[in-house]
Amino acid sequence: MSTSPKIRIRGLKKRFGSKQVLNGVDLDVGIGESLVIIGGSGSGKSVLLKCILGLITPDEGSIQIDGEETTGLSGRERERVMRKFGMLFQGGALFDSLKVWENVAFGLIQGRGTAKAEARLVALEKLAQVGLTEAVAELSPAELSGGMQKRVALARAIATEPEIIFFDEPTTGLDPIMADVINDLIAASVKELGATAMSITHDMASARKIADHIAMIYEGRIIWHGAVAEIDNSGNDHVDQFINGRAEGPIQMQVTRP
Amino acid sequence: MLTLLRTIGAGFLGFLAGTGRLVMFAATAISHCFRPPFYFRLIGRQMLDIGYYSLPVVGMTTLFSGMVLALQSYSGFARFSAEGAIATVVVLSMTRELAPVLAGLMVAGRVGAAMAAEIGTMRVTEQIDALTTLSTNPFKYLVVPRIMAGTLMLPLLVLTGDIIGVFGGYVVAVYKLGFNPGTYIKSTVEYLEFIDVASGLVKAAVFGFLISLMGCYHGYNSRGGAQGVGAATTNAVVSASILLLIFNYIITELFFAR
Repeated sequence: MSTSPKIRIRGLKKRFGSKQVLNGVDLDVGIGESLVIIGGSGSGKSVLLKCILGLITPDEGSIQIDGEETTGLSGRERERVMRKFGMLFQGGALFDSLKVWENVAFGLIQGRGTAKAEARLVALEKLAQVGLTEAVAELSPAELSGGMQKRVALARAIATEPEIIFFDEPTTGLDPIMADVINDLIAASVKELGATAMSITHDMASARKIADHIAMIYEGRIIWHGAVAEIDNSGNDHVDQFINGRAEGPIQMQVTRP
Repeated sequence: MLTLLRTIGAGFLGFLAGTGRLVMFAATAISHCFRPPFYFRLIGRQMLDIGYYSLPVVGMTTLFSGMVLALQSYSGFARFSAEGAIATVVVLSMTRELAPVLAGLMVAGRVGAAMAAEIGTMRVTEQIDALTTLSTNPFKYLVVPRIMAGTLMLPLLVLTGDIIGVFGGYVVAVYKLGFNPGTYIKSTVEYLEFIDVASGLVKAAVFGFLISLMGCYHGYNSRGGAQGVGAATTNAVVSASILLLIFNYIITELFFAR
């Protein structure tokens, strides 16, 4: 990569109790790149995202956003960096005490101090972008189906027009058609914003659709990183086993046999 | 023997670490109480919820406490012909002890539990993480309004409880025990001093702070789904109730032990 990366991670380590979840992660994400991180359950994907967001403090290592070291930032400095981010949470994480449009407008009203009426218009526009009507905007999140909740969460993640968007398993728990709809929406909205995207998933169809680059994390390290077109010829047994979904191979799931 | 010592030691260290975490949490929360931005609408909503909607519970509790106090002290004091003192006994017991403690315990059950459950659910569904990614400090948005409202509203509730409790005593004394209304009211106010009411209100403020602090703390640190939220709720109520009784003694000692 010739340009300096948007996100640069070096030697990132994090342990919980006796479990070393991240064991020296090195990763670069270029400006405007869409990177998908694949890996099995418990391989540290979510922890990696949360470290970058500052929700979890890493034990060791460096995370740079636009060349600025962000580990150890707190208070207002952290909030300033957080403004660059948008995040789509796995379960949606919509605020159930607020209406749909208030959820979407939240980052604008609370984070940026936009006037309510103006923020509502932006929220309606973003909702329309993900295919939801004004009638939905007045509902509460609990009244929506899973697919609709994901769309609202996507609208919320892009409402502040962030430079970097994270997607945490965006298609988990959706039927294949709705998953494809969400994938299309993600690809379209990332392209429209020109944002840098980082997604974690174990859904290969989703990964192929939204990624420029794919990185595979295994036992707390990045074991393969390449363009999406190269994934089928990665020459890495772990990657091959994962993308083909085989139980037999170098990755051993810890299953107790009867 | 060594195992026993080790268990005691581990328990003690765990207790110290927990106390430290709680004190850090409280200090962070208090420091955020004095730094903008302030969410006045949320503080107002919490004040309504804690103050206004607790009125029936606190009213019923103090009414019947005042009534039973008059009845009990009458039947007891009659043994040494000191029936004339019951108005004083009722008003002093209510303002100094019963109204703050009973109102505190009722509010701990009603409000502390609700806080722990709501914040705990937000924690396990990643809504608290979502707040952070939307550039909103969860302490300011969730914890500060509750702690401020709890600390401000409990004294008002207790003041109302004082009046209702004294009224309960009056009703029993006048309509059941045949006291003269004028004499009863006169002896109610005769020996009442400002410090009796003031100490009760100081207690109430401290209790309000403790109840909302424990509700927020246990909710904020809840882990592991529905069961974790359930445990957080129980811990919030139990720890708030016990702390409340401990601080009740300490404050009484500070005010009246000469």
